[in-house]
Amino acid sequence: MSKHYAQDMGSVVTSRTSFIDDIINLARKSSIFYLLFGLACCGIELMQTGGPRADIDRFGSVPRATPRQSDLMIVAGTLTYKMAERCKLLFDQMAEPKYVISMGSCASCGGLFQAAYSVCKGVDKLIPVDIYVPGCPPRPEALTEGLLRVQDKIVRERWFSDRRMIGQREPGLGVDYQVA
Amino acid sequence: MTAEEIHAQLAAKFGERIGPLMPPNKDSWALVNKAEDLIEIGQFCKGELGFDCLINLSGVDWPKKNQIEIVYHLYSYSKRHQFVLKVQLDRTAPSLPSLESVWKSADWLEREQYDLLGVEFRGHPDLRRIMMPDDWVGHPLRKDYKEQASWHNIETTRESPLDGFVRLDDLTKRKAAATAAIVPAAEKKEVLQ
Repeated sequence: MSKHYAQDMGSVVTSRTSFIDDIINLARKSSIFYLLFGLACCGIELMQTGGPRADIDRFGSVPRATPRQSDLMIVAGTLTYKMAERCKLLFDQMAEPKYVISMGSCASCGGLFQAAYSVCKGVDKLIPVDIYVPGCPPRPEALTEGLLRVQDKIVRERWFSDRRMIGQREPGLGVDYQVA
Repeated sequence: MTAEEIHAQLAAKFGERIGPLMPPNKDSWALVNKAEDLIEIGQFCKGELGFDCLINLSGVDWPKKNQIEIVYHLYSYSKRHQFVLKVQLDRTAPSLPSLESVWKSADWLEREQYDLLGVEFRGHPDLRRIMMPDDWVGHPLRKDYKEQASWHNIETTRESPLDGFVRLDDLTKRKAAATAAIVPAAEKKEVLQ
């Protein structure tokens, strides 16, 4: 399990904390529950990715209908300003550690609707994004690749020894939204 | 009924208050001279002429004429005919009576025009913005609309990754042009020596 440590250090390191990290990360990366957050046509591809052909349940990733139970938010589709506040609210409701995939060109930069008055020019204006998946819309294979990249990110984290606190996140660029 | 017959009935009932029939074809329209008559005319259209459906309610902005035009597309499912009514408003303070009491479908369509063009519909039961957030500034479909720089700390613009982008072809052409400019100068020097 700590094979890559041995490669890095040139000797066998049996650190108890890193071993616990590996166990924790294995559990975390194999149970990424994603929030169903389909906003436009990307939402259809998101459903396909959860469906039998692409089936990201293979990687332990299943959809959740509530942000309270989700680890990953897949922003799938065109984000309008009216939805932006809700998006930020849903993100804030998710428990740490949380990850965000910006799926498709609309969520990444506004895409086709970049000149439109009602469309937010990228979800990273609101919330920190971990993985950008390009495409219009991306194929289920591409989104699966995005999920695997999130898994890579999780495996590299030292969750037990160096816990990523809320304050240490990149500061949210987002909405000055107050939960009443 | 054809558009001519519909317009003849309207003109017989309302006289001067209805404008002449414009381009006489399938999509012909008539102007309602005073916005105040709209409800009366709408009720006549729905009752006597059988226009049971308001298909579309749109608006046109004419900055040079200082006018905002509201366009009503009427259709009758029972009699299979259609007609278009227009009303012209002052652009500085566009205001007209709501037709929500006549056609229920006018509710959201009027909210859309209120949101995007800033037209006030008097007597509308729930006149709020429908597409943009409630505290948005300005009306996006006006010709002189300028988007605000940010909304709730969200920037409304994004810098393009293509700024300063040079195509590879153009780059090679530029290099070729630069070397071509240098070579003759060198040749000249040789000649001089």
